[in-house]
Amino acid sequence: MARSVQTHGGAAHGSVKEYVWGLFWSVVLTAIPFAVVMIGGFDGRLTLAIILLCAVAQIFVQLVFFLHMNTSSEQAWNTVSAVFIVLIVAIVVLGSIWIMNHLNHNMLMGH
Amino acid sequence: MANNATIVTDPDPIFGKLTWDSIPYHDPIILTTFLVVVMVGVGVLGAVVYYGKLKYLWEEWLTSVDHKKIGIMYIIAAFIMLIRGFSDALLMRSQQALAVSESSGVGYLPPEHYDQIFTAHGVIMIFFVAMPLIVGLMNLVVPLQIGARDVAFPFLNSLSFWLFVVGAMLVNASLFVGEFAATGWLAYPPLSGLEYSPWVGVDYWLWALQISGIGTLLSGVNFFVTIIRMRAPGMSLMKMPVFTWTSLCANVLIILAFPILTVTITLLTLDRYLGTHFFTNDLGGNQMMYVNLIWAWGHPEVYILILPAFGIFSEVTATFSRKRLFGYTSLVWATACIMFLSFIVWLHHFFTMGAGASVNAFFGIATMVISIPTGVKIFNWLFTMYKGKVTFDSPMWWTLAFLITFTIGGVTGVMLAIPAANFVLHNSLFLVAHFHNVIIGGALFGYFAGLTYWFPKATGFTLNETLGKWACGLWTVGFFMAFMPLYVLGFMGMTRRLNYYDNPVWNTWLLIAGLGALIVLVAICVQFYQIFASIRDRKNNQDLTGDPWGGRTLEWAMSSPPPFYNFARTPEVRDRDQFHYMKEHGLAFKRPASYSRIHMPKNTWAGIVIAGFSGVMGFAMVWHIWWLAIVSTVAMLACFIVYNFSGNKDYYVEVDEIEVMESEHFERIAVAHSAQTSHQQGLSGSQGKASITLPLSQV
Repeated sequence: MARSVQTHGGAAHGSVKEYVWGLFWSVVLTAIPFAVVMIGGFDGRLTLAIILLCAVAQIFVQLVFFLHMNTSSEQAWNTVSAVFIVLIVAIVVLGSIWIMNHLNHNMLMGH
Repeated sequence: MANNATIVTDPDPIFGKLTWDSIPYHDPIILTTFLVVVMVGVGVLGAVVYYGKLKYLWEEWLTSVDHKKIGIMYIIAAFIMLIRGFSDALLMRSQQALAVSESSGVGYLPPEHYDQIFTAHGVIMIFFVAMPLIVGLMNLVVPLQIGARDVAFPFLNSLSFWLFVVGAMLVNASLFVGEFAATGWLAYPPLSGLEYSPWVGVDYWLWALQISGIGTLLSGVNFFVTIIRMRAPGMSLMKMPVFTWTSLCANVLIILAFPILTVTITLLTLDRYLGTHFFTNDLGGNQMMYVNLIWAWGHPEVYILILPAFGIFSEVTATFSRKRLFGYTSLVWATACIMFLSFIVWLHHFFTMGAGASVNAFFGIATMVISIPTGVKIFNWLFTMYKGKVTFDSPMWWTLAFLITFTIGGVTGVMLAIPAANFVLHNSLFLVAHFHNVIIGGALFGYFAGLTYWFPKATGFTLNETLGKWACGLWTVGFFMAFMPLYVLGFMGMTRRLNYYDNPVWNTWLLIAGLGALIVLVAICVQFYQIFASIRDRKNNQDLTGDPWGGRTLEWAMSSPPPFYNFARTPEVRDRDQFHYMKEHGLAFKRPASYSRIHMPKNTWAGIVIAGFSGVMGFAMVWHIWWLAIVSTVAMLACFIVYNFSGNKDYYVEVDEIEVMESEHFERIAVAHSAQTSHQQGLSGSQGKASITLPLSQV
């Protein structure tokens, strides 16, 4: 249902350069944790931190380079939606962790 | 019912767990119901074939992508399911009225049957009555209010509707083939796990909710995109009608909450089908995680139900007070606040599961905070009525009944939000009374107000006013009689879901509650008769102008029922109450200088067929008929691919066809106007309805 008065707004399709950079950063951010695990010898906590950091960074790489999310006005709805979704997911995930910690402690789960 | 003889431990390769024993033909109640359903079904189908309407039904309705027709079908389906859900309610009320102590028997429903009834009642009323009523009203109204031709994805809309129908059919099938879950409407494990619910009841629950839940999620995406991207030029966000605003917020909640339901149900499905241990007692499973996740969806869900109802009350109050809505901005912000806050209160559904003081305090306070924006809304409506010229048409009756009933329900909700009080009241009839108080007195009354209000827009004639007021009065009296005793019983310590009890003191209150349920039964009968009588007398209550109430928003600016393309010309929006503005400035009821052709989507078989195969898939999964599940899944994907690669999905409505339809509309307005004039002359100046007082120059 295209409407003559409005564009198909927000559908920026990106350039080859953008996609190649996206691919490059994704490969790098996948290779780093892979290498850390394969080489081994790092502290367990450090390994975990590196993996998590690279994973989160890659989410942003994909959002920006592949889903073309930016702060321009045509993208405002996408960006606002994304921020809100991240907020709600954070609430549900962190809330669940907080709640489950309490429940497991008080109800002696796994003890 | 689930006697152990019928539980097949070694499924047949062809029929899975399904055997002749799965059909409870030895139970007279179910057999009679089954025969009645079959007779009615055959009767309706026979009548359709006899009058040669099968082709019409298929081409104009079942394959339709028109949001107005899909909306009407949602509402019809909701009313059919209301009969089923309310029958369950009557069974429970009568069982509890009878089942007091050994002296007067244990009622007539054995525990395993009673447990299925209260589960089915909850599931049906929330998923298959309340949800389709509100999604149906959104379908009917939102595109008209924002000046759009249809929703953003018309095929997806048809698919959503049929997925919902399939879910409802699976729940109904469980009555006659096998059993339904006996776990309560949210099927907490470990009770819903394989160990304690070995037969197919919970599987029916899983697949019915999974399929209809995906339909709801698709609807949510559809309406979100429609409202964001397809508003008429000039309609900025803060010029949107309030019902559209509340629908937008409800759809945001659908998009964010329903994936949680999908995932939680999937995990339970894996536990039951593949032997995983997400929610089992042993091997690292944790049932409390299920309760946590299901309520992370469940609490937003109740706001999905109530927010659009708030929107309906806002439209109705403004229209029937002949006044601009008081505090539009505050109402919009209150809605947005509730949308956000509904995600930080889910723990209040399980205060007593063992969280510590800090967790309970946080969620208790967050819950109480929600009452602030809700209270803001109550004052919005009250101040809209203040100094307005309030006319008490039946939508306004529902609104007043709501204001009183919902406020009481809200207050008991704040009581339950206090963790210390919750430890006493949880799992009691006090809780049952509270959530019926807000869902019936809030959401359902809102839907009824909306149905009465928009009925003429959908059909071209108004509902019978007298019967509508009777229905509202009986519903209100019946509601108070049925549920106020439950508050008392809750204080007296009666827990919910009791099949049988031995405290004779409770019996009096349960008899009163039963009587209340019977009054509600009368109210529902009056509503059905109201619809019948209104259709019978439709010549007398025609809505010729398209604006029977003196409406303020865009949906009233076109004929009733609207042409399939909605607006012949997309309106330019100047004002929040655009249609009121048009009437004030002499722009309403005016024929535009010219029309241009309109781009429209074609009807499609794909929605009903894909959903049909999903129903077969669900049924096959319930009964472990693996080959059929695979075949129907492949068929679903094949249909989807075939539909997507077919061209020919749209067409143009040509100008001459538009001119014919629009001319009829303007002729009807002229008829209404001349009738109005002669009426006024006859009564020599007594006041007619403002809505159809049209200066001749405008016609």
